[in-house]
Amino acid sequence: MATVLDVFLWLIFPYICLTIFVLGHIVRYRYDKFGWTSRSSQMYEDSILRWANPMFHFGILAVFVGHVMGLGIPQSWTDAVGISHEAYHFMAISVGALAGVFTIVGLIGLLYRRRFTKLVLGATTKMDKLMYLMLGIVILSGLVNTGSGAVGDYNYREGVSVWFRSIFYFNPRPELMPDAPLSFQIHALAAIALFALWPFTRLVHAFTAPLGYFFRPYVLYRSRDAHEGSRARRRGWDKVDTIPRRR
Amino acid sequence: MKVMAQMAMVMNLDKCIGCHTCSVTCKQVWTNKSGAEHVWFNNVETRPGQGYPRTYEDQDKWKGGWTLNKRGKLKLKAGGRLKNLATIFSNPNLPGINDYYEPWTYDYENLTTAPAQDHMPVARPKSLLTGENTEITWSSNWDDDLAGSVEHGHNDPILKQVGDKIKFEYEQAFMFYLPRICEHCLNPSCVASCPTGAIYKREEDGIVLVDQDRCRGWRQCVTGCPYKKMYFNHKTGKVEKCTFCYPRIEIGQPTICSETCVGRLRYLGLMFYDQDSVLEAASTTDEHGLYEAQRDVFLDPKDPEVIRQARLADIPEDWIEAAQRSPIWSLINEYKVALPLHPEYRTMPMVWYIPPLSPVVDAVSETGEDAERKDNLFAAIDRLRIPIEYLAGLFTAGDTAPVDKVLRKLAAMRSYMRDINMGWETNESIAEAVGMTGQEIKDMYRLLAIAKYDERYVIPPAHYEDAHKLENIATECSLNVDGGPGMGGMDASFGADPNMGADPGVSSYNGPARPEGVRINLLNWNGQGTPDGLFPDGNDKP
Repeated sequence: MATVLDVFLWLIFPYICLTIFVLGHIVRYRYDKFGWTSRSSQMYEDSILRWANPMFHFGILAVFVGHVMGLGIPQSWTDAVGISHEAYHFMAISVGALAGVFTIVGLIGLLYRRRFTKLVLGATTKMDKLMYLMLGIVILSGLVNTGSGAVGDYNYREGVSVWFRSIFYFNPRPELMPDAPLSFQIHALAAIALFALWPFTRLVHAFTAPLGYFFRPYVLYRSRDAHEGSRARRRGWDKVDTIPRRR
Repeated sequence: MKVMAQMAMVMNLDKCIGCHTCSVTCKQVWTNKSGAEHVWFNNVETRPGQGYPRTYEDQDKWKGGWTLNKRGKLKLKAGGRLKNLATIFSNPNLPGINDYYEPWTYDYENLTTAPAQDHMPVARPKSLLTGENTEITWSSNWDDDLAGSVEHGHNDPILKQVGDKIKFEYEQAFMFYLPRICEHCLNPSCVASCPTGAIYKREEDGIVLVDQDRCRGWRQCVTGCPYKKMYFNHKTGKVEKCTFCYPRIEIGQPTICSETCVGRLRYLGLMFYDQDSVLEAASTTDEHGLYEAQRDVFLDPKDPEVIRQARLADIPEDWIEAAQRSPIWSLINEYKVALPLHPEYRTMPMVWYIPPLSPVVDAVSETGEDAERKDNLFAAIDRLRIPIEYLAGLFTAGDTAPVDKVLRKLAAMRSYMRDINMGWETNESIAEAVGMTGQEIKDMYRLLAIAKYDERYVIPPAHYEDAHKLENIATECSLNVDGGPGMGGMDASFGADPNMGADPGVSSYNGPARPEGVRINLLNWNGQGTPDGLFPDGNDKP
């Protein structure tokens, strides 16, 4: 039976954070497109970033794919296609550990340059620091989970994953989480807190990954009067149609 | 054929005195802000020199612009789409802040707050990035007037191409200035490099702009632009670039760099071009053919078929007329004295240059010969191979023939007009020697040397300006005209104050009031005591 604290941690808190995540992004996209950027510091420092940044980003992308599989795909599905639990587990641990190590080594490099390169440190905001702290906790605890998965016998696909999916079914099952190992609990809580932080940090750049580049012509043309910035004109501010432009 | 209009610029380098007024006014208007200290939409380089950012023309290093692949098709020199996105986390060809310079300010406060000491307090340079003391080692025009060129002049990428070392000794150096803005290319590689698609070319006038709301700071355009005129704002994390002063252009005013150019060397006007043939021209196999290929992309605005197609493309009548009067068209395609900057980058740049004859003239006059005589100048053009190869490296991908031709035309104009100005008999053979008529030379002289404001700048206003005009009627006081009651009201409140400037003891505004009716003449004050009226009453609160 879940206690009040459990209900708060594993039901109320996730919904609050995810609501902030969704609404925060909508509001930020609508009102702060100018602030929507990766705010690259490559101009300041290049030699560490050159290896650390790709390592971190490719690592975290692999980690993301792993999470989609581990959290998103129910165990019953992989069982149905004949992947044994052991085989799945082995693959998840090995690939996950590799991606995790990649990510964390990259992150260490990035944190090092951020702290010890004066130019980069000078361009670091308080929000950046908070974000790095949360990101560090999430990634570190995640790596501990992967490691403990190799030695421990907790099957997250019957616990954490089911709980995680239940949030999105709007049929939450907070009672699954108190039984999870502490590192899993920390990882889940920190990740959810990071989601709440997300729209207010530079992490937003992840949601405008420029995949459209593959599908567009090289040279783009835009008409001057087809747009005034990329913001929609606000209600009540429509222009007076004087002499309509011949089109 | 698809007719497109392009706002273009030509700069007459012979007239540039390197005063940097264009850079300063541009900076004041557009990039006078934190994060954009290193951003010079307009900069003036001394050539030979490394340029700004340093050695930006070395595309083996910076990978800007386009190149041809094995099948003869255009591709971005920095790599295709996949490579572009794969290097998004760490751009291998991005200039660092030190390739520009570390922005700085001075500790001016120390001048007033330093304690009493034996030596004058100084304002030390402080880095604007770290706030710490810094050494100033480079800036946007550190090698101005060949400063320090003995030490690093050989780093000039064009000089390396020419393959011969120019001696950087005072008497032997040839030098000229190269003001640069964004080229607003017909085939812009920055637009092609932007992963997000935030950069675009305006359909109406071809001005290339960055949508600041859509830019995500992926930095690939900085690499893509071979002229390094995409600048990463390190505070906002967005890229900014020369806007061709589009708010001014839209109301028919010249760009701020042109307007404030003391040498009056900039020309602004429309060019019509055939959008369908741009790619083919940019793919010309022979680099030496690119200059001619780009000229072929331009359409004669007096050709009836072009006019018909322009109307079909919805280009307004006054724009067609402006294109017919365009000084750019005259300089590029009639007199053929303007050349593109680095056509070998295959971006089809639209800011062209009239190469400078003055180094040649200087070389002749230094020998004591008559530097206005056609034969002397022509002989010098033949003899001064290194300077001419250098110019060719800038303007014609190394092909000296077009540069030769231009310089001969300028030399011919010089001698032909000298005869007229001296009241001598005109010599038509001078004009014929460069394939022109005397009248053409006179016309060219009028455009280049007299350079009337309304002939230099032929800028048709944009077509929503009608709306603004109508708005002005509604928003401006209709009585505020000469002789109207609204006139002069401002003047009465300024300048008419009898106290201002007359008596330093009495100020008409700011600060606490002086005792009524008491005035003090500081010239008569011996510096002792506190006469009435010198200081405000202690009771007065400021």
